Amino acid sequence: MSDFLPTGIQLTYLVAASLFILGLKKLGSPATARQGNLWASVGMLLAVVATLLDRQVLNYEMILIGLAIGSIIGAIAAQRVQMTEMPQMVGLLNGLGGAASALVAVAEFWRLRGTVQTIPLDANVSMLLDVFIGGVTFTGSLVAFAKLQGIISGSPITFPLQQPINALLLVGYVVGSAYLLVTPENLPVFLGVVAVSLLLGVLFVIPIGGGDMPVVISLLNSLSGIAASAAGFVVMNNMLIIAGALVGASGLILTQIMCKAMNRSLVSVLFGAFGKAGAAGGSAAAAQGDQAVRSIDAEEGAMMLGYARSVVIVPGYGMAVAQAQHSVRELADQLERLGVDVKYAIHPVAGRMPGHMNVLLAEANVPYEQLSDMDDINPQFEQTDVALVIGANDVVNPSARHNSSSPIYGMPILEVDKAKHTIVIKRGMSAGFAGVDNELFYKDKTMMLFGSAKDMVAKLVSEVKQL
Amino acid sequence: MTEALIAALFVFVLASFTGFEVINKVPPTLHTPLMSGANAISGIAVIGALVVSGERDWNVSVILGLIAVVLATINVVGGFLVTDRMLQMFKKKEVKA
Repeated sequence: MSDFLPTGIQLTYLVAASLFILGLKKLGSPATARQGNLWASVGMLLAVVATLLDRQVLNYEMILIGLAIGSIIGAIAAQRVQMTEMPQMVGLLNGLGGAASALVAVAEFWRLRGTVQTIPLDANVSMLLDVFIGGVTFTGSLVAFAKLQGIISGSPITFPLQQPINALLLVGYVVGSAYLLVTPENLPVFLGVVAVSLLLGVLFVIPIGGGDMPVVISLLNSLSGIAASAAGFVVMNNMLIIAGALVGASGLILTQIMCKAMNRSLVSVLFGAFGKAGAAGGSAAAAQGDQAVRSIDAEEGAMMLGYARSVVIVPGYGMAVAQAQHSVRELADQLERLGVDVKYAIHPVAGRMPGHMNVLLAEANVPYEQLSDMDDINPQFEQTDVALVIGANDVVNPSARHNSSSPIYGMPILEVDKAKHTIVIKRGMSAGFAGVDNELFYKDKTMMLFGSAKDMVAKLVSEVKQL
Repeated sequence: MTEALIAALFVFVLASFTGFEVINKVPPTLHTPLMSGANAISGIAVIGALVVSGERDWNVSVILGLIAVVLATINVVGGFLVTDRMLQMFKKKEVKA
């Protein structure tokens, strides 16, 4: 496919690639982020228009219909999606991108089969890689989507001989690929390789627990970029190779950041089946069962908050699913009216994807100057009068610091237990996403406010108003 | 390996390094928009889909290509629009502050 493309098209691709790089650069700063997104989308438009002008593309009517259908579905989805559902949305879109890349390889295989005598070796290798990466991205993303959406259980799903089966499938892929390199026209083997790739995608995400979703989403994002790059090698198009590589690199960086925030290596996330240690956590829970928990009501909580000098709010995913972010901001406004210094502490893996919590609070108009990263806020907890934990659990669990048998041991946490008092709003005593019991709840300085995040924060707001 | 493939590998590796340099040190606030924006860019597969579905005649590869066009376009349009929706929320506060 390395046919001659007119110079104009190539130059347009060059402009589009530059717009992607500049757009990504601008996405890295709050002031220019929106402009960056716009630049990148202009780059995409240029690339699509240039490709349509390519003389290989003759099938205009159907292509325009396809573009229209995709645009309408995409636009509606983007309008309708709730901010809490962003991880699913990104996961699903990743999957579609991966599927598209894999389909490019399959379509190209079909075309070459019909037209040329032997498929060249390099094209063959690219196609096999594209089918693999694209296929894994597609089904892996669908599983991640289903887990996040609650269609299937978020906890790790494991079965006997899981690793050997995965290894066997991988060997199957390699053997099938090797066979195809020698006899490229064998259709059943090719379809078998496609099927194995799709199956591997499912098996790769299914044992990963919901708490590790930020890592998985980042990694799949990276893979969708690499799949696009592979598709670029298949049709020998630099535009695809460049854009795919950029996305692949950015996804890898976010994956690294997420792994660091959980103090876990990528390998242990992918193959460790997090939460399987839940059995050990469960016995610890039983041991702590007879320990006392101090429960207070909203009025008492409001008094503590209202007469504090400084309050740090620690929002977790529980706050997000309860859609309590607006009430939380109202509470913060009321506290500020009383002269309380209010800050928000955001753990890097709060929410279900990198930076998710920041978006949710932005939706509720919380000024982002009030949001503090973990490294900035942790030294300040000792001077904080009240830390208010809303729907967060694992990210404030002190056993991550000292209990080496805990599955979350070593994960950096928000040190709310160092504040003078800690108030935890929680539905009940259930364990967090990682399935680990939280010793924070049993500390003397910790008060529990049992109830749904939304109701409880609303009650706090009305009580604080009366102070 | 053919010369074209070598050239393509050069492009791939250099673009990857560019990506690492450009994205490093993004504040956590922007991680989600960055990811969904990058996600939209990965919909560049639409270009590949356009090329393989370009023939006039109906055949299996054109049909597969057209399906890929639809899927990748959803990825592109949905990704860019939802990123803009998120960034709009950040913007509003800047004006306020």
